[in-house]
Amino acid sequence: MKPRKDLLDIESLTNEEIDHVLANSKPFKDLIRRSVKKVPPLRGRHVLTLFYEPSTRTRSSFEIAAKRLSADVTNFTVSTSSVVKGETIIDTIDTLQAMQVDYIIVRHSSSGVPNLIARHSDASIINAGDGNHAHPTQGLLDAFTMKEVCGDLAGRRVVIVGDVLHSRVARSTSTILRKLGLQVAFFGPGPLIPDNRHADIRGFSTFEEVFDWKPDVIYLLRIQMERQRDQFFPSLHEYHRIYGVTKERLRTIRERGIYIMHPGPVNRGVELVDDVMTYEKTLINQQVENGIATRMAVLHWLQPRTTVREMD
Amino acid sequence: MDNPGQQLLSAREVDTKIHRLAWQILEDHPRDPFVLIGIHKRGVPLARRLAKVLESERPDVRTGSLDITLYRDDPASVEIASVLGTSDIPFNLNGLLVVLVDDVLYTGRTIRAAIDALIDFGRPSKIELACLVDRGHRELPIQPDYCGMTRVTGPGEYLRLLLREEDGQDGLFLVKSKSDPVTGTSA
Repeated sequence: MKPRKDLLDIESLTNEEIDHVLANSKPFKDLIRRSVKKVPPLRGRHVLTLFYEPSTRTRSSFEIAAKRLSADVTNFTVSTSSVVKGETIIDTIDTLQAMQVDYIIVRHSSSGVPNLIARHSDASIINAGDGNHAHPTQGLLDAFTMKEVCGDLAGRRVVIVGDVLHSRVARSTSTILRKLGLQVAFFGPGPLIPDNRHADIRGFSTFEEVFDWKPDVIYLLRIQMERQRDQFFPSLHEYHRIYGVTKERLRTIRERGIYIMHPGPVNRGVELVDDVMTYEKTLINQQVENGIATRMAVLHWLQPRTTVREMD
Repeated sequence: MDNPGQQLLSAREVDTKIHRLAWQILEDHPRDPFVLIGIHKRGVPLARRLAKVLESERPDVRTGSLDITLYRDDPASVEIASVLGTSDIPFNLNGLLVVLVDDVLYTGRTIRAAIDALIDFGRPSKIELACLVDRGHRELPIQPDYCGMTRVTGPGEYLRLLLREEDGQDGLFLVKSKSDPVTGTSA
C-alpha cells in the first residue's frame, strides 16, 4: 500500500488504509507509558496548524502528536494573521508554500477548503474539520476507541444522538463505522436528522426505540450553540428531557453495559447529566487520549510531496 | 514458502548455533544478571529461544522485544507505508545489562537504531550484541559480542534465517536476488 499525500475525508479511504492507521495507532498509544514519549520519525519536518475556526482541543491534540514525532510545530492563528487584512486562502497558501512546511492541518468553517489547499500545496494536508463536511481524524479515533473496548467491530450497533445534520463528526464517524461493518442509527430532533441518509441507517424518534434496538454504544453529539442560527428544538431543557442522557436513562445504560462516547467538549445538563462523566463505561477521556495516538499514526502515514522530491 | 534458496544450515544446525550463543553469553556473565531484548522481527523469537536454553542455569532471565521502525535512518519508502511492530519491555532498563539479539547482522544501521530506541526506554549499565549470522558489509563501527557464524555475502546475495515461530521451519538459506527478499530494497 502506497502512502497518501493528504487526509481530507473518510469516504475516499480504503478499508486497507483505515486498518493500517488503526493498527499503527496502538504502538503509538503504548509510547505514553514510557518515560521518553518522543520518537524521531518526523525530525526536521515542519507541521503548521492553520485554524480558521476556534478550537483548543483538536489543535492541541495535533500539536502534541506532531511534537511526539519530533516535528517542529507552528500555530498559524487567524485573528493575528493577514487573513483579517483580506488575504485570500490561495494567497495564504502561496505564502505557506514559500515557508516550506511539510504538513498543514486545516480547520475552516466552509466545506471543501482543505481540498482546495491540497490541490495548491506540496505539503500534506490534514482536514481537522471543514464546515458540515468532514472531520476524518475524529472518525479514526472513534473507530480506534470502539475497537479497544469491543474487539471485533463487525455487527456492533452504534446510535448517534443529536444534531446529525450539521455535524461533520457524525458524517465522518458514521462513514468509518459503516465501512468497518457496524450498524449505525441516528436519533435526534426530526429536522436535524438528514432525510437523504443511507438506506441502512435507521432513524429513531424516542429513547425507548433506541433501547429496544440494543445498541453497544451511544454516541452523543455536542449541541453546537454557535452554529444554531435557526431554532430546531424549543429549548435546551426540552432537548435534555427528550434526547439527553438523564439520571434515569443512565440507570438503564448501566444495567445494559452500554458504552457512552462524545467528541467533546460536553454541555453538562444538555447532552448528559454530570453522573455520566463518572460512569465506568464512559469513553470520553479515552477518546481524547486516543486522539493523540491516532493523529500520530496519520502524520506518520502521510507522505508530503516535499519529502518525496528529496528521495528521487 | 516460495524458493527458499540454497540451504546453508539445517534446522538442527540452527539449533546448535542458538545453544552455542546462549552458552557464550552465560560464560561471559557467570554471575551478573542480564536481559535479552530481541529486535523485531526474528530477533524476538531468537531471544526467547536463548532464554529457553538458559532456563536450567538462569530460570529468571527476562526477555523483551524492540521495534526500531521509528528510529531508522533511511527515509521511509515511497511505495510502502511502514507498519509498526510492538516494543514490549515490561521492566525498567536502568542499570541492567542488556544483550540485544538480532538474526542477521549486516550494515549495522538496525543496531544503531536499536541502541537509540533502547536508550529511550532507560539507561542500561551496558549493551551487548548477539547475532546468529554476520554477513559483513558494515557501514557503521558496530561489531557483535556474540556471533553464531560469519558468512560474507557477494553481490546479489542475501541471507534468510527462518525460525519456526515466524516461518514454520528452522534453517539458514542463501538467496540470489535482484532485491532484498525481506525488505524489498535493491542491492
